[in-house]
Amino acid sequence: MKLSLTRLFAILQKEVQQLRRDRLTFGMIVGIPLMQIILFGFAINTDVRNLSAAVADQSNTQLSRQLVADMLATQVIDRVQHVNTGAQLKTLLDQGDIKIGILIPADFERRLQQSSRPAAQLMIDGSDPIILSTAQSLTKMSFNQRNAAKSIKPPELFEVRNYYNPERRSAVFVVPGLIGAILTMTMVLFTAVAIVRERERGNLELLINTPVSTTELMIGKIIPYIIIGLIQVAIIMLLGMFLFHVPVNGRVLDVYLASGIFIAANLSLGLVISTVAKNQFQAMQLTFFFFLPSLLLSGFMFPFEGMPRAAQIIAEILPMTHFMRLIRGIMLRGAELSQLSMEVYALVIFTIITMSFAILRFKKRLD
Amino acid sequence: MNPENAIESIDLTKRFGELVAVDHVNLVIPRKRIFGFLGPNGSGKSTTIRLLCGLLTPTSGSVSVLNYRVPEQAEILKQKIGYMTQRFSLYEDLTVFENLNFMARIYSMPAAQRRTRTAEVMETFRLDKLAKQFAGTLSGGQRQRLSLAAATLHRPELLLLDEPTSAVDPQTRRDFWDNLFQLVDDGTTILVSTHYMDEAERCHNLAILDHGRMVANGEPETLMQEINSDVVEVESKQPRQVAHTLKDKIHIISVTQLGARQRVLVSKQQGEAQSYVQQLLDSAQLTAECHATHPSLEDVFVTVTCKQPRTGDI
Repeated sequence: MKLSLTRLFAILQKEVQQLRRDRLTFGMIVGIPLMQIILFGFAINTDVRNLSAAVADQSNTQLSRQLVADMLATQVIDRVQHVNTGAQLKTLLDQGDIKIGILIPADFERRLQQSSRPAAQLMIDGSDPIILSTAQSLTKMSFNQRNAAKSIKPPELFEVRNYYNPERRSAVFVVPGLIGAILTMTMVLFTAVAIVRERERGNLELLINTPVSTTELMIGKIIPYIIIGLIQVAIIMLLGMFLFHVPVNGRVLDVYLASGIFIAANLSLGLVISTVAKNQFQAMQLTFFFFLPSLLLSGFMFPFEGMPRAAQIIAEILPMTHFMRLIRGIMLRGAELSQLSMEVYALVIFTIITMSFAILRFKKRLD
Repeated sequence: MNPENAIESIDLTKRFGELVAVDHVNLVIPRKRIFGFLGPNGSGKSTTIRLLCGLLTPTSGSVSVLNYRVPEQAEILKQKIGYMTQRFSLYEDLTVFENLNFMARIYSMPAAQRRTRTAEVMETFRLDKLAKQFAGTLSGGQRQRLSLAAATLHRPELLLLDEPTSAVDPQTRRDFWDNLFQLVDDGTTILVSTHYMDEAERCHNLAILDHGRMVANGEPETLMQEINSDVVEVESKQPRQVAHTLKDKIHIISVTQLGARQRVLVSKQQGEAQSYVQQLLDSAQLTAECHATHPSLEDVFVTVTCKQPRTGDI
């Protein structure tokens, strides 16, 4: 592996010149993190609110109306529609008109005083587990008894308290993960396409006829994108801090170091793809083949702990899984990089293996 | 290998699965000459050039280029050869100067030399005024000059040009060849592939390729003198009937219409070409005037490949 700095610098300078002129790619560098963080920062929200509901209030007393009003106050349900029977509630559930049906039986007040039986029934559309768990939280709801005359005060009822703080809590969790998701998508794609494009345009046939070595070509292609990746990290962090008040509890330097290793891992994977793909379309397909499991298995969207063993093993191979642990550890728990050294090693090993594979696979030959 | 030769190959063969793209080619290419590969598309010209610069590994046979074994020593060789691909392969989103500067760096030229050489080639190839123009916006001829400038920047001993003139007009082609002769005067060896007869005729030496085989090899003049056929021109008021009558007759290699005339190639075995053709036409009751004429390079090409040339694509 001979390395000439003159040639390496030639490749580097050329990449920068080309990038500067490629307005679309340049726009994507800034635009993708910008758009995605604004979009997902607001949209990805595991704290569900405003579920449509219906009530069959067969009791129709002041207390029962109070119950419905209190449920509305939690913001979990919204725009209650009134029906007469439980069967009608079921129909509405089946039709998908409502997510929650509230059945208040005629003997509601009497049941309230007997702690042996539940006073009312919640019918929940459990097809989405997140909705189910949110709706179940209604059962723990307190029922503020304002009618002192009736003096019903069972011990398990607490004051109604809106303990949902949806925007903030979800964004804190989502934004650090978004760094990983955005870097995985842009970095793998950029490098994969960068080399495939040269092959498609015929530039590569000329380049491989010059003394430039594979290592020079690969490293020269990667370095500009590492810098671009770090710029993206900065954009996401700044937006996360100012727009969503995401804390950076650890050291900023650690965030950049962790991101730097993660970017290198993704870029070398992009290089592997570029040695396999014959055209830009294939490069794109292969990138997404890799991107989707990264998104779903890494712990970005679903907890790693909940996955079966086989999925966990696959997830351990993906760089994003390790980055999720690193970035959440540093940004949210305030951990230091040295405390998470296993994740760092995993990323370094991944980078070395993929990079070597890319250099070995990329031949200065056409056959 | 004789050090006087730039390229020698022995039984050079390249297969792609079932297809034999290059079939036992034995080449001897002397230094400081323009050596031409003439052949139709798919005859193995590009594959041979790629084998010579180490881009492809031969299936069998051996090659040495500038006394280096290829592909084993191809990396050392790359500093000494210049390669111009069939397709424009410089960066369209870089300017003329940036492209040349990039190539100069890739060949590890020191800064001072880089400046002088870049300026030199821009002057030689009349690119000075285009220095700041993007390569993607150049005309066909300008692109070709830029490609040649980039390929000669590092003063290679050997230039490999793969159909360099396939996309430019005749005047540009002529200018291009003037440049090539200048380079040969300066001591460069040039290997050029083409499917134009006029270009092939300008080469010092020529190899005609057909289906991967080298079917003729020599100086264009010699090839025309030693052609294995006689050429008879037939003038007639019914040129289509003449063609129809002569086609598929024994000893007739090909019949090509040139305006009102038919150019007929007759195998040397026949001996009396002119009277043979006259006789064939008389027996078909066609009035025609036959006379023998000098063979052209195209006649050589048709004779050795034994098939009708496609229009404008030989």
